[in-house]
Amino acid sequence: MEQHPRAQLAAALDLPESVHRSADDRVVAGVCGGLGAALGVDPTVLRLAIAVLTVANGSGLVLYLLGLAFFRPPLNASSASAEVREPTAERAAGVALATFGLLLLFAHLGVLPPAEVVWASAVAALGFALVWARTDAADRTRWLLLRSAGGGLLVVAGLGGLLAAGGVLGWVGSLGLAVLATSAGVGLLLGPWIVRLLRDLGTERRERIRSEERSEMAAHLHDSVLQTLALIQRADNPGRARTLARRQERELRSWLYGDRAAGPSGAEDLGGALAQLVTDVEEAHDVEVDLVLVGSCPMEPRLEALVAAVREAAHNAARHAGVDEISVYVEVGPDRVEAFVRDRGRGFDPQRVEPGRLGIRESIVGRMARHGGRAEVHSAPGEGTEVAIEVARNHDRNDRTERSEQEATS
Amino acid sequence: MSVPRVFLVDDHQMFRSGVRAELGDRVEVVGEAADAESAVQGIRATQPEVVLLDVHLPGGGGKAVLETLKPEQPDTVFLALSVSDAAEDVIAVIRAGARGYVTKTISSDDLAAAIERVRAGDAVFSPRLAGFVLDAFAGEVPPSVADPELDQLSPREREVMRLIARGYTYKEIARRLSLSIKTVETHVSAVLRKLQLSSRHELTRWATDRRLI
Repeated sequence: MEQHPRAQLAAALDLPESVHRSADDRVVAGVCGGLGAALGVDPTVLRLAIAVLTVANGSGLVLYLLGLAFFRPPLNASSASAEVREPTAERAAGVALATFGLLLLFAHLGVLPPAEVVWASAVAALGFALVWARTDAADRTRWLLLRSAGGGLLVVAGLGGLLAAGGVLGWVGSLGLAVLATSAGVGLLLGPWIVRLLRDLGTERRERIRSEERSEMAAHLHDSVLQTLALIQRADNPGRARTLARRQERELRSWLYGDRAAGPSGAEDLGGALAQLVTDVEEAHDVEVDLVLVGSCPMEPRLEALVAAVREAAHNAARHAGVDEISVYVEVGPDRVEAFVRDRGRGFDPQRVEPGRLGIRESIVGRMARHGGRAEVHSAPGEGTEVAIEVARNHDRNDRTERSEQEATS
Repeated sequence: MSVPRVFLVDDHQMFRSGVRAELGDRVEVVGEAADAESAVQGIRATQPEVVLLDVHLPGGGGKAVLETLKPEQPDTVFLALSVSDAAEDVIAVIRAGARGYVTKTISSDDLAAAIERVRAGDAVFSPRLAGFVLDAFAGEVPPSVADPELDQLSPREREVMRLIARGYTYKEIARRLSLSIKTVETHVSAVLRKLQLSSRHELTRWATDRRLI
């Protein structure tokens, strides 16, 4: 793409109508961010150009204030429609050349400090650009070290040059008083305005955060509670409505109280896995599963087996017992985990289960035996059923290993 | 035996009328209140036998009601009722003198039975509260506590708590352990007393760490 630097300069001066200050990408008021988005230039480059021109003779500040005056206020994130062009190196170089041209022009007009100062600031600015310019993530990791080192060197060289240019210090000194006086005057004039501007920026930011939080909450409630309420209104039987309400209650509670780790999907610890199990069984069978958990521990393969056996037992109870409530009690002991699944349903004679039925024999008793655990089914016709499941905890073995290692070394 | 005279304290009108309707003529509802202050006044005026007390109330919660009334009306018993509160709140209400804790999802039959039970002076533990007790009283007794007797469960009490947590009724527990129901009730009351009086510091820490549901 052939784009002449002068065309860039023209574009920068002939401001498009749709330049908005940027709400998200800003250091002061989003002027450079907005202009960068409109022109397709990395805002960092613009910021450096403004900085160099400000240091050189203050014209950068004038340009910035003009931008602040003439650009439109930031757009809301929702209605963002301003054209955003991808930053390219070419256009960045264009801005750099334009800045350089401006500096030459000022030098020609004689409103510029000595050449050494200009060159040194330019080198320092290049260094800053190398360190801070944005690149894509892959590029960043690959070149970060090299770029930071090179940029840092240039910054040091530039600043060193600034100070080392003998006459510069004197020049700066003679100018210092005037600059100080002017700054004080400008400060007095603009101080209240600047303070208000900064405060407004803070307020704006807080409001933006608040409105983001509000819309996140609204989105969550919409996706969860409102959907469930709609489903409940359409549910054709009370059992289904109850199940929906219970699931929603559980979900909302875990969201409100922030124990998302124990939420349905994570299941990094036993509590999370059991909560998931309760949800699944309740949804599949229209029963209430009353879960009581004592203690807690992270999940491990043997506990997966225990949870799977508990799940099977709860499904069995829901399918065959003819009750609407099942109690699940799980206790994490120091060296084993015990689980009890109990219903007050019709019960059965464990001796007379058909040989073909795999549920109890395979999924519960067999599974636990394979994982070094144990499962027993207590039931009698009319007496309800209780499945007792237990498995040793893995960490116990690790502890013992550590202990024996310690004994070996001592 | 006459029906228990019950006072309802809950800040949700819908819940109060629901409980009223469900309990029907199994209890006599002598009054209702929606916040701590009117509850105190209403209970003073009506002298009920049993107060169904919501843990969370405007004006200080169920705990404030208990702390005001327990000294002046030792014969009124309180049963804490809660939809799902932080363990610390439930424990605060129990330690302030409530005779039991049930969740609001309890069936109306179970609620009527629980009211009878606390009226008779016994304690009512839901499976969840039993689980909480087991959790809070787990582990070694810290050597610093004043009264070790109060700070641990006896093996029998632990067994009873475990069965309650597994969903057994007092009657089923009695049969399983070959005890009388009265003995089971004695064990549960003893655990309630420990829960109320224990200085075990884990109790507080446990409660602040967790929520009951």
